[in-house]
Amino acid sequence: MDMYIQPEYEVVRREDRCIACRVCERQCANLVHSFDPETGKMQADDSKCVNCHRCVCLCPTHALKIVKSDDTYRQNANWDGQTINEVYKQANAGGVLLSSMGNPKPFPVFWDKMLVNASQVTNPPIDPLREPMETQLYLGKRTVKIERDERGRIKNTLPPQLKLSAPIMFSAMSYGSISYNAHEALARAAEELGIYYNTGEGGLHKDFYKYGKNTIVQVASGRFGVFKDYLETAAAIEIKMGQGAKPGIGGHLPGAKISADVSETRMIPEGVDAISPAPHHDIYSIEDLRQLVYSLKEATEYKKPVIVKIAAVHNVAAIASGIARSGADIIAIDGYRGGTGAAPTRIRDNVGIPVELALAEVDARLREEGIRDEVSIVVGGSVRSSADVVKAIALGADACYIGTAALLALGCHLCRTCHEGKCNWGIATQRPDLVKRLNPDIGYKRLVNLVTAWNHEIQEMMGGMGINSVEALRGNRLMLRGIGLTDTELRILGIKYAGESL
Amino acid sequence: MLLKEGQFRNPSGCAVTGVIDRSGKSMSGEGMIEAISVMHDRSNGLGGGFAGYGIYPHYKDFYAFHLFYDGNTARADTEKFLTRHFEIVYSSEIQTRKIPSVKDEPLIFRYFLAPLPQKLANSHLDEREYVARCVNRVNAGIEGAYVFSCGKDMGIFKGVGYPEDIGRFYRLEEYEGYAWTCHGRYPTNTPGWWGGAHPFGLLDFSVVHNGEISSYDANRRYIEMFGYKCTLQTDTEVITYIIDYLVRKQGLSLEETAHVIAASFWRTIREKEEETREQETLLRRMFPSLLVTGPFSIILGFTGGLMALNDRLKLRSVVCAEKGDKCYIASEESAIRRIEPDLDRVFSPAGGEPVIFKLYDQQGGRA
Repeated sequence: MDMYIQPEYEVVRREDRCIACRVCERQCANLVHSFDPETGKMQADDSKCVNCHRCVCLCPTHALKIVKSDDTYRQNANWDGQTINEVYKQANAGGVLLSSMGNPKPFPVFWDKMLVNASQVTNPPIDPLREPMETQLYLGKRTVKIERDERGRIKNTLPPQLKLSAPIMFSAMSYGSISYNAHEALARAAEELGIYYNTGEGGLHKDFYKYGKNTIVQVASGRFGVFKDYLETAAAIEIKMGQGAKPGIGGHLPGAKISADVSETRMIPEGVDAISPAPHHDIYSIEDLRQLVYSLKEATEYKKPVIVKIAAVHNVAAIASGIARSGADIIAIDGYRGGTGAAPTRIRDNVGIPVELALAEVDARLREEGIRDEVSIVVGGSVRSSADVVKAIALGADACYIGTAALLALGCHLCRTCHEGKCNWGIATQRPDLVKRLNPDIGYKRLVNLVTAWNHEIQEMMGGMGINSVEALRGNRLMLRGIGLTDTELRILGIKYAGESL
Repeated sequence: MLLKEGQFRNPSGCAVTGVIDRSGKSMSGEGMIEAISVMHDRSNGLGGGFAGYGIYPHYKDFYAFHLFYDGNTARADTEKFLTRHFEIVYSSEIQTRKIPSVKDEPLIFRYFLAPLPQKLANSHLDEREYVARCVNRVNAGIEGAYVFSCGKDMGIFKGVGYPEDIGRFYRLEEYEGYAWTCHGRYPTNTPGWWGGAHPFGLLDFSVVHNGEISSYDANRRYIEMFGYKCTLQTDTEVITYIIDYLVRKQGLSLEETAHVIAASFWRTIREKEEETREQETLLRRMFPSLLVTGPFSIILGFTGGLMALNDRLKLRSVVCAEKGDKCYIASEESAIRRIEPDLDRVFSPAGGEPVIFKLYDQQGGRA
């Protein structure tokens, strides 16, 4: 450890409560805690602590807490402690800084600057406990020309669509970046909920082919794990062009996380860093994307929708318009707050735009061009609650991807050190002793609970607005009002300010 | 300055009623005036109107345009435009009667028009689309002019006032038609403009609506992709465009259209027999953004018939009745009883269940 850098957090142990049972020591993969046989007491090395709260949660006598260190540099509004520490780190090691999970910087969260409408007097709110309240929807193209058979019945000319019981899916998290047990929990939850989870770019473990009907498989720039059975088993195929946490770069899975199993699933050597390139080397332009979309459709006989996932960047509306004309069935837009198992810090914290603005622009652009039916829009990065989902749909999304929220349901404490592979919660690790801490039987149930709870809340909010189908909420921007926003922000979001009436 | 209708969104409560004689026999507008007057308390004097079908038998092959003009400049501009695009077969001011409670009426004119054949051919448009676009150009482009009726052998009559007063203002007892609809408006805002009253019409479709739909902006933003402009920002306008899009442009039947607008709940669809289930599921998957939620009851008038439709939860009242060849639709049964106390059958259609009454000679195909 760099001598210049002082621990960010301190482990506080109440001696009157500690019984030296050494649970904390056994639980900490970062080796913070140790037992001193001479004093018979527990000790802690603060410098190793990532504040994942594993020890705090498991301490049987509640003797532990982690506090932010009050040790400080001389106060400086320009050079804050974090910035100074990062300079020290780089001066010491000469490398690119790595981080995990989403952008933690205090940028505005536009979800929190939008308020939702409710019915009063002139039309009635609807009680979801007493009346049907539909959150079921289909994702995919809806471009149709009515054709009839000889008996005059409308023919099913619709392209393949995905049926969702709720407007929520688990976003792409690869096996490798997260554990086998985490994947099992996601897959089983998706199946029980009637939604989908996403393999990420890590291939699909052979044990999980049985969840294929609820699986979206990803084809990313490294093409890890992509082969015939992989495509065929899936409900949909996602081409990952970019990721909100790290727009413009590829993926990086450290060799330490590449176990035998991960190696087999990804079809890459064991223990060697898996680095997927920044671009797809067969896609240098929009017309190349079209070729990959149709290659995948040919390979799967046009039976599966193809999703194209992009990071929210400055020109996102034009890019989405191009994608909508390239055969894709669904566009997934990932905002700059989206999570990741590993990303260069500078990119995570400085590249990309908020998904709320990207979504508003994309939806408006596709409608202006009359091609909104060509694609469904799914947004993620970051959707934190059912209220965010409702606002996203009212802005124009068809459904949302949740990643971080799903990991939180599995026990993640957002310590943002996934890239180190020592996740004490058994999520972002491949160490068998750590992985087994995540019980998929419990994990999947917690995911089911989370989505079920959100779905109830979505229904409550929809009912309040007098809307009884999520389809009638989609793009219904009059249901939103802005608060604390500038005229420019209101214009981009396409909403009125709170207090402005209809 | 008071904003004009269209410059703000104006939801309203309302009374609606309609009548059709399926044998095609004509009746005057008097009955409708009678019926709506019973529901006086469902309007607040800020809008009333009527649509009559079969009222122009002598000009039934021509598009009957009814226009409001703010003044003679607007009229001159409009007539210049109409002359460029249509043969004007007949034009005159619409005869009205002074009623003390009906004030500030604009100039109200009627024209019977036929598209100029050469113009129409050059436009490469279907005749009805050509007419619809011309209407749009007048309404969007000529300041102070507004086409509020443009179908064949039908006409809309509307204004600011209680509907029974508006009916007498237009001397509707002098018109004879096989079907009539009527609307009394209870807006929650104060429009001073006659164009904002209802029925809303597009070609031979006319819609009267009672309700405040919660899906408005989702519907509006979707339908505007197909060349419609929701300039009035009313529910009635967007519902009319949806019906026009589904029926005229996509070729759906009225029943199919009802299954899009007021689709059955998924769980209801699941219980239907296979063929119906498949068709209704397809319609919902094809046009999910045209689902209309929130309370509404509408009466759609079209050449040869009327359709009543409620929202799928039936959050607004609508009652239908039959007596011999005549069929009645109204927000309240009392309105029907006022003009026909002795009915063969009275029923309340379920939410989302369309009730379609057609002329006998038109059954089996939509005009």
